[in-house]
Amino acid sequence: MATLIPPPSKKQKKEAQLPREVDIVPKDLPDVLIKFQASDSGETVGSSIRVPGGITERQLEELLNQLQNNTDEPVAYSFAVQNGDNLIDVKDNIYFSVLKPGIKTTEDTLTLVFTPRAVFKVRPVTRSSGTISGHGATILAAQFPPSTSGYFVTGAGDSTARLWDCHTQTIKATMNGHSNWVLCVAYSPFGDVVATGSMDGSVRLWDGKTGAPIGSSLTGHSKFVSSLAWEPAHLVQPGDSPRLVSASKDGTLKLWNTAMKRCEMTLSGHSSSVSCVKWGGTNLIYSGSHDKTIKVWDAKEGKCIQTLKAHGHWINHIALSTDFALRSGPFDHTGTTPKDDAERQARALKNYEKVAKVGGKIVERMVSASDDFTMFLWEPARSNKPICRMTGHQKLVNHVSFSPDGRYITSASFDNSIKLWDGRDGKFLATFRGHVAAVYQTAWSSDNRLLVSCSKDTTLKVWDVRTRKLLSDLPGHADEVYAVDWSLDGARVVSGGKDKMVRIWTH
Amino acid sequence: MPQNEYIEQHIKQHGRRLDYEERKRKREARELHKVAENAQTLKGWKGKQFAKKRYSEKVAMRKKIKAHEESKVKGPKKPKEDDGEALPTYLLDRQQQTTAKAITSSLKQKRMEKADKFSVPLPKVRGISEEEMFKVVKTGKSKSKSWKRMITKHTFVGEGFTRRPVKLERIIRPSALRQKKANVTHPELKVTVLLPILSVKKNPQSPMYTTLGVLTKGTIIEVNVSEMGMVTAGGKVVWGKYAQITNEPDRDGVVNAVLLV
Repeated sequence: MATLIPPPSKKQKKEAQLPREVDIVPKDLPDVLIKFQASDSGETVGSSIRVPGGITERQLEELLNQLQNNTDEPVAYSFAVQNGDNLIDVKDNIYFSVLKPGIKTTEDTLTLVFTPRAVFKVRPVTRSSGTISGHGATILAAQFPPSTSGYFVTGAGDSTARLWDCHTQTIKATMNGHSNWVLCVAYSPFGDVVATGSMDGSVRLWDGKTGAPIGSSLTGHSKFVSSLAWEPAHLVQPGDSPRLVSASKDGTLKLWNTAMKRCEMTLSGHSSSVSCVKWGGTNLIYSGSHDKTIKVWDAKEGKCIQTLKAHGHWINHIALSTDFALRSGPFDHTGTTPKDDAERQARALKNYEKVAKVGGKIVERMVSASDDFTMFLWEPARSNKPICRMTGHQKLVNHVSFSPDGRYITSASFDNSIKLWDGRDGKFLATFRGHVAAVYQTAWSSDNRLLVSCSKDTTLKVWDVRTRKLLSDLPGHADEVYAVDWSLDGARVVSGGKDKMVRIWTH
Repeated sequence: MPQNEYIEQHIKQHGRRLDYEERKRKREARELHKVAENAQTLKGWKGKQFAKKRYSEKVAMRKKIKAHEESKVKGPKKPKEDDGEALPTYLLDRQQQTTAKAITSSLKQKRMEKADKFSVPLPKVRGISEEEMFKVVKTGKSKSKSWKRMITKHTFVGEGFTRRPVKLERIIRPSALRQKKANVTHPELKVTVLLPILSVKKNPQSPMYTTLGVLTKGTIIEVNVSEMGMVTAGGKVVWGKYAQITNEPDRDGVVNAVLLV
């Protein structure tokens, strides 16, 4: 018996007959006065200009490029209109984004705040280019180095970490040494060292390219290592090697000197397991814990500067607006390597300031995800009160991440959804629905346009942030996917999970 | 049988005999001699029992000693054996719902072994005659007509079922014997869940009973397993799954079934 689709209800029929709005800019629209203002330095470009009210984003971009005399190499910009304290993004054209909703009238002078967009474009991943077996157990962590997408490291439940070659799709090296599950892996911002943290409470260092062990294990934690963070590249003096901070279930953080292989400091203060640690660009260490607090530490002296209390349950994950810049260190999309240590530091600082500078000041925002279904947006350098409480998830929030430029925040939750928030003021923007089970992690492409998520439902999904739609569905894993990472040049995505297979996804 | 804890009570009130400790020590010291004597002298069945008990005690002792010796040996720790339970940090301190997980993995295992795709837990069932299945309902003014039948077994009629007009309804499925849900057991997990029935796929007795939705022992039914949270390889929720009825519902008043995985 064939299933009959029920006829449309009366309400639906009525709605179909209503007059619909058509997107046409009226012909008699008067001109408006606009003024360009840079979002990072806060400087204005040129004086106020009279332009047609229906001017499009592309035309504004052309105009701005002419004003700045870079018509030979035009830069892509995105614009937002300043309305009091908040910014309204210009999508399509000024009429539809600002004038028609009645936010501003044609009488007002519009201040257009512009931010340069990524000049390159990452193509969405659509297929699995390789499935590599090798790990004997569940894959728990995966990460690309900042410099290349040619190889990556995974940590697994078989007590090993492995270095994989993307081009030949084989194992480059197996890193034996831990005596229990390898829970976290982290590449140093220079890409030369990779650190692994394990269930046995030890941290080990390995050569980032060959996988050879560097020294013996760094022991000291009495329980498993839950998270690792490296010192940002621009804070490392030329000739030094970056330091490492590890968080553990025993409630302490340990600061390791990676050159001497010894513990410099132990930061204790949390009364329960520390779930996540981040090292900010202003030399502050942020740690989120199961004792419901976030602590901000001074990395120089090891003092606790602030304790941020707002959450009602465990803190699962924290993210910084500058995460991507700190991770990429001195490398960028051009793929060139710095010549010496001084240049390396200068380039890292430039990368960092590009993201962190807002209105001429360095601003580092932090978002924390919790078991109480909410998130908080903070600016720890300014205040110990949150900027915004982000509610909406119906189950615990497992993972948060800022987009590389810090404009957006995504949150992955066990309620099967991913939510998109404004990275500046924490306003809710959209929900990505599509997964049929808990979403574990998300990873951004470096051009801020795409997002990949991994889930318990065995799939990865790629989302378009601009249209807020599902771009491609990537089935292939036979079981839960625990770890996902997008390479910094955008060429590849790697994922691993319970089916013990490492999958590489490409365009 | 003592009606109370009077011995303990007495000890609490008056204490033990003054030589209790000494007697106890002596008894324990003598015990070894007694065991040794028994080992030499017990004969027949008693001797066998004694020897068996003594042997197992000695084995346990030797094992314990060995374990103690091994724990003292220093050296590099061996990596932990993989038990398939490795979890990422964000799931480590959480209570896991393993049931649904085990179902999916066992499903996959089964799919690989395509051979026993068509085997069911109950391959053969007792035949049921028409006389047992149907009760004749006499109709007409003088109850002389007997073309109407009533099913004596439990049935599943489906959502939104309405009976046909009385004159046309040849087979009655009594509403008291209709079932909507079944207790479905997962054979490997040994968990039983009450799940809604979706349809009757096959009644081994006769194709007619299949169309009528009769629930007898051995019938294959489709059940809604969506609340178990199983997922396909493509990331979709599995919701319909076959199960075979293991009891005779008309005897028990409930439907018990076993999931076909």
